[in-house]
Amino acid sequence: MSQARIPAPVLALAAAGLLFFLLPLAGLIVRAPWGQVGPALVAPETATALGLSLFCSVTATAVALVLGIPLAVVLSRTQGTLRSVLRALTTLPMVLPPVVGGVALFLAFGRRGLVGEPLHQAFGIQIPFTTAAAVIAETFVAMPFLVIAVEGGLRSMDHRYEEAARALGAGSWRVFARVTLPLLRPAIFSGAVLCWARALGEFGATITFAGNLPGRTQTIPLAVYVALETRPEGAIALSLILLAVSLAILIGMRDRWLGSP
Amino acid sequence: MIKRGLAVAGFLVLTSCGGGVGGGPPSNITVFAAASLQPAFDKIAARVKSQYYLATTFNYAGTQTLTTQLIQGAQADVFASADTAHMTTVQNGGLVGGTTSVFAHNKLEIAVERGNPKRIHSLADLARSGLVVVLADPSVPAGKYAQEALANAHVTVHPASLEPQVTGVLSKVALGEADAGIVYVSDIVTSGKVDGIAIPDAENVIADYSIARLNSAWNRAGADEFFAYVLSSQGQAILSGAGFETV
Repeated sequence: MSQARIPAPVLALAAAGLLFFLLPLAGLIVRAPWGQVGPALVAPETATALGLSLFCSVTATAVALVLGIPLAVVLSRTQGTLRSVLRALTTLPMVLPPVVGGVALFLAFGRRGLVGEPLHQAFGIQIPFTTAAAVIAETFVAMPFLVIAVEGGLRSMDHRYEEAARALGAGSWRVFARVTLPLLRPAIFSGAVLCWARALGEFGATITFAGNLPGRTQTIPLAVYVALETRPEGAIALSLILLAVSLAILIGMRDRWLGSP
Repeated sequence: MIKRGLAVAGFLVLTSCGGGVGGGPPSNITVFAAASLQPAFDKIAARVKSQYYLATTFNYAGTQTLTTQLIQGAQADVFASADTAHMTTVQNGGLVGGTTSVFAHNKLEIAVERGNPKRIHSLADLARSGLVVVLADPSVPAGKYAQEALANAHVTVHPASLEPQVTGVLSKVALGEADAGIVYVSDIVTSGKVDGIAIPDAENVIADYSIARLNSAWNRAGADEFFAYVLSSQGQAILSGAGFETV
């Protein structure tokens, strides 16, 4: 044993923290109307909502990877006030109540929005109330998680490998693609997982900007919310399904990507 | 779900200076009320406060949300529902102390953008293609009523969204993101940001608003005072001014 023993107070608090997380989940499982999980699982609405949830959250994560990694690279290279401002702007969607985020998305991409109005007038494109709107809402809320994780990875990275590659004559793109990105893989992976998880659970911005229509914008969290009012057992069953799918994916991906320890 | 709190401390100072009517202690009640009642109930609360030194804290939300909260054990003194069905649910849960009373009616109207640029004149117009129509979800009273009205008019609408709160319908029309929505007359009267297109009585649905004191009331006298004020001629006048039909 090379590692120091964990002090007892730390262990006790860790146990309390774990319990705090697990109790609500235990509540869901203990109180679950297990008889209803089967019917809820095979109900066509569930498959539709689950499929939509997975599609939107994966697409949002993909968009976040394409836009967020470059953003993190730029962020990690800036200094001083510019860095504080850029970083604050990037983290804003994390602290903004998601419903406010949804309204802000209207004001940008809605029919009367800064970008949405010209789009609507020139091409007749309407973004709100579409599946694309659900993806946009999820990306808006979830991308900061990826940016922060990747930026953290960049800052703690050993930059001597990049310098070595550069000294050996590699161009800036080659260094980025062949050295920086592979070194960043753990940070990108954990950022992507956080981002995906946040996108999967997204509710407020989605229901505001994309509305709630089964098959088009009603993801599982929205379906759960609507069901909670009318048939709470169905809502718990739906929540359990989302929980099980998320757990399976998270555990499965971790092994595949990072290799189990 | 907006919670409006009154500064209890300030209130205590005020009432101790004013010396309370009837010598009773200053009091406070919590009212769970349907979201559509907010404009009228805020006014009623102001009157009740000045007349009875009774402060009111509101939890405004969709009736179905409030019902869930009450069934789950939320404490409140008064419940005001946008329909009688949810009041019955609460009553069947053994949560109502005293009588329930229908205190207002509300009808549906079509909310359109100011100036009605899409020239919508009837429920049938909502079926036009290319129109972005937003409705309340059928699990919400307003959504259930909208379905009934559309059925009465033999109209099939393909909504862009089914909102879990009637206020969501209103805000999407007010923002110009939806061309039309079906909401309560009172929503249109108090919003001031949309125009209303009347729905003929033959197609319309009348919503009955019901109020009751709850068993969980900490302040029974206060709850009864509020209850009585809503049904009084002054309370009814405020509701009428907010677009409700009185009883």
